[in-house]
Amino acid sequence: MGEEVKLFRTWSSRFALRIVWALKIKGIEYETVFEDLSNKSPLLLQYNPVHKKVPILVHNGRPIAESLVILEYIDETWKQAPLLPEDPYERAMARFWAKFGDDKVLTSIWSVFIKQGKEQEEALVAAMENLKFLEEEMKGKKFFGGERIGYVDLALGCLANLISVFEETIGLKIVDEEKLPLFYSWMQNFAEAPIIRDNWPPRDKMLVKFQALLDAAIASSSSS
Amino acid sequence: MAEEIILLDFWPSMFGMKVRIALAEKGLKYERKEEDLLNKSPLLLEMNPIHKKVPVLIHNGKPICESQIIVQYIDEVWKDKSPLLPSDPYERAKARFWADYIDKKLHLLGGKLWRTKGEEQEASKKEYLECLKLLEEELGDKPYFGGENFGFVDLTLMPYFSWLHVFEIATNFSVEVERPKLITWSKRCMERDSVSTSLPDHQKLYDFFLQLKKWHGIE
Repeated sequence: MGEEVKLFRTWSSRFALRIVWALKIKGIEYETVFEDLSNKSPLLLQYNPVHKKVPILVHNGRPIAESLVILEYIDETWKQAPLLPEDPYERAMARFWAKFGDDKVLTSIWSVFIKQGKEQEEALVAAMENLKFLEEEMKGKKFFGGERIGYVDLALGCLANLISVFEETIGLKIVDEEKLPLFYSWMQNFAEAPIIRDNWPPRDKMLVKFQALLDAAIASSSSS
Repeated sequence: MAEEIILLDFWPSMFGMKVRIALAEKGLKYERKEEDLLNKSPLLLEMNPIHKKVPVLIHNGKPICESQIIVQYIDEVWKDKSPLLPSDPYERAKARFWADYIDKKLHLLGGKLWRTKGEEQEASKKEYLECLKLLEEELGDKPYFGGENFGFVDLTLMPYFSWLHVFEIATNFSVEVERPKLITWSKRCMERDSVSTSLPDHQKLYDFFLQLKKWHGIE
């Protein structure tokens, strides 16, 4: 059967990166369609009329949107190299950590990056509290998925690269190896894992992008 | 083995209502513990240390948090009765997408509806109705969002209709007039015991809403 798999993405979208990794881990052939979000294609608007965002996976002409929904779809459709555990309780925990990552961890680390002065100090305290929960979760494991990379690793994975980009841009350590040894190790292990390491967005482009975002944020906060 | 199911809940919580409906659909017996959110129980703090929120399902001593995750867990453990998610992966993806949409959009907009006044409130009303329009289009001519069978999206949206009734009175807008298909759908859902026994009485909810406004210092 001819499988047609397309992924609509941007070069830097951390949500799309999850899908790239999942498809490659499962060895699924696919076509990439790069989008310019300032000039969205008619196809993007047709495939994701509700949110008009990437990533979108289109499988045999049928679109699926929202990265965690896409990950579950991929896992249910292509059974090799399973991303989610089989046990319902373990699955619930995996979903919980992925959601925690999106709702709390990512946003708190972003706050550390984008804020200044006292607000940044407070943001760092909040981020540390969240990261400590992840540190606990890593006990006795190489990856959040255990021996192999799994759903939670893919969901949190962008942090393994993004945090170092942020740290370099703002000149501040966010993940201290001494305070978060297990999470720090996970970041190294994940970032260097074969499929993961080959698919990071170009670092120089990332540094330019986030420096620009930071400059814009500083400019708008000082003019208000 | 005896199954022990405990639900840590708060009666007006839309997220709690979802889980109650799911448990009822599966015909499961459970113990419901009402939490006082101003004075959270040690059990809640132990079972959900990260968010300290309800609902929490405790199954044979093990906690599951976050309502969407709880409902999927219930569906996967008790899979032989009344499936809540469809079996086809694409249909499942659609169901998860819409449930996610409902929780993200309606929850935020609902909050804006009662916390704001004047132009801001009018804008929120408009946006809320736009979201309901999208949902009405998704429903189409199907009896339920799940098709012939009541399911995941239906039980995610129904609790919002419970609160919608309160908002209609409070902010003077009528979903009946604007989105009649959804009203028909909600009435169909209310005919199910699992739904009617899980949602609070409208008057009780309205009285709670008035209290809530007072606490937040809103007229």
